[in-house]
Amino acid sequence: MEKKFKHIQTAHCENGVATSLLRYHGLDFMNEPLAFGIGSGIFYLHIPFITISNGPAITYRTMPGAIFKRACKAMGVKVSRKKFSNELEAQAYLDQKVKEGVPVGCQVGVFNLPYFPPEYRFHFNAHNLIVFGKENGNYLISDPVMETTTTISEADMLKVRFAKGPLAPKGHVYFPEKVGTVTIEMIKKGIVKGIKRSARDMLHIPGSIGGVAGIKYTSKQICKWRDKLGPRKAGLYIGQIVRMQEEIGTGGGGFRFLYAAFLEEASRYLNEPKLLEVSEDFTKAGDLWRASAVQMGRIFKGRINNEQKDFDVCADLLLQIAEIEKNAFLKLEKMKFN
Amino acid sequence: MKKEDLPQDKSALEKVTRELCYVKNAEGNYTTDLSTGWDVKKDALDNAWDDIKQRVEEALIAVKNNEKSPIYYFMELKLMDLQVLSGYTGFWKMTIKRHLKPTIFQSLSDKKLTIYAKAFDISLEELKKFKGTSS
Repeated sequence: MEKKFKHIQTAHCENGVATSLLRYHGLDFMNEPLAFGIGSGIFYLHIPFITISNGPAITYRTMPGAIFKRACKAMGVKVSRKKFSNELEAQAYLDQKVKEGVPVGCQVGVFNLPYFPPEYRFHFNAHNLIVFGKENGNYLISDPVMETTTTISEADMLKVRFAKGPLAPKGHVYFPEKVGTVTIEMIKKGIVKGIKRSARDMLHIPGSIGGVAGIKYTSKQICKWRDKLGPRKAGLYIGQIVRMQEEIGTGGGGFRFLYAAFLEEASRYLNEPKLLEVSEDFTKAGDLWRASAVQMGRIFKGRINNEQKDFDVCADLLLQIAEIEKNAFLKLEKMKFN
Repeated sequence: MKKEDLPQDKSALEKVTRELCYVKNAEGNYTTDLSTGWDVKKDALDNAWDDIKQRVEEALIAVKNNEKSPIYYFMELKLMDLQVLSGYTGFWKMTIKRHLKPTIFQSLSDKKLTIYAKAFDISLEELKKFKGTSS
């Protein structure tokens, strides 16, 4: 009896791989918001002193791999993972899995990903996709951010699996190994745990660069950029924030809408109307993130004509967002679930 | 964001895919919808590419004026930095920095240059003969 793999488009690649693979293994209730929420995907981090693609290192989500790992753990699913130092071994292993008819998640770099438009090909190595078959020497690919399935040749596959640089995938392949029955109690428990973990991370992560404090940190930095870097480079830095926040993979508003969707779903599972209220808070936060992107757009579009007050407006918006998210996570932290 | 507010602007993803976004429907519940793009985002991406083009241009001039070795130009052209190039070549960042000097580049063995050429996806000849005159 052969199960058929079904392609599901999602906003974010890792949520998508988690959702599709778990659904393939019979967890029909799984969807992107649930995977994202149970995996505590929402986060904020601004790493100082280092730059990525000559811009600030900012992320709106948790570290790569964590969402899949946590979501699987909560559902009692055992995950098998493998990394390789040898390219031929990596290919042989993948081919073996394809032969067995097991769809697997693959970590890849996007610089050589053939079906991505050139404008999007940077040296970013934490993209995820699913290999679910092979035809005429080409791998059948379900890339969660794409509307339809696609293919990659053997040679290209090796290139993207062995991309180099930060977060180099090293041929990383992963798939759920043992999936048992998941009770409604397990789902509820996973949701509560995911919420509590996110509240803890966003409110109490030590230092001043992560979570809600991190948003304030970025706000402070933005005020300094124009003087420190000059109008042109400051504009580029601002542009990078917008790309990290809104580009394909985020669902818009730096994952905040996705989290609001999760809380809506969570309120149904837990029968807790108060969660709907907090969902509204995150919708508001997402809308404000979008508004800040529009404001930032004026800066990098104006390029050299930008003024300090434009930067100050963005910084103020970020402070507002930090306040909203802080209060929302405080509500979640205090909330009692039975 | 409300469903009707989801932007449907042009973007580089046109003809490749539309992207999935989370929006609120008329009843105030979350649903997903597809977007072709958003101008704000497109401007940010265009802006980043303008910068890359400028960096490549500057690198070309630096090689022409014999201030930097061809490795510098190809590193910029392929959107790499020292860390990424170090990953592809196995050379330390310090070592690569030395190789960016034209005089040191001249003394590099074909073996080392081949490693660079492979990382840049060009031929050894192309790397050796590059004088910054063409792009």
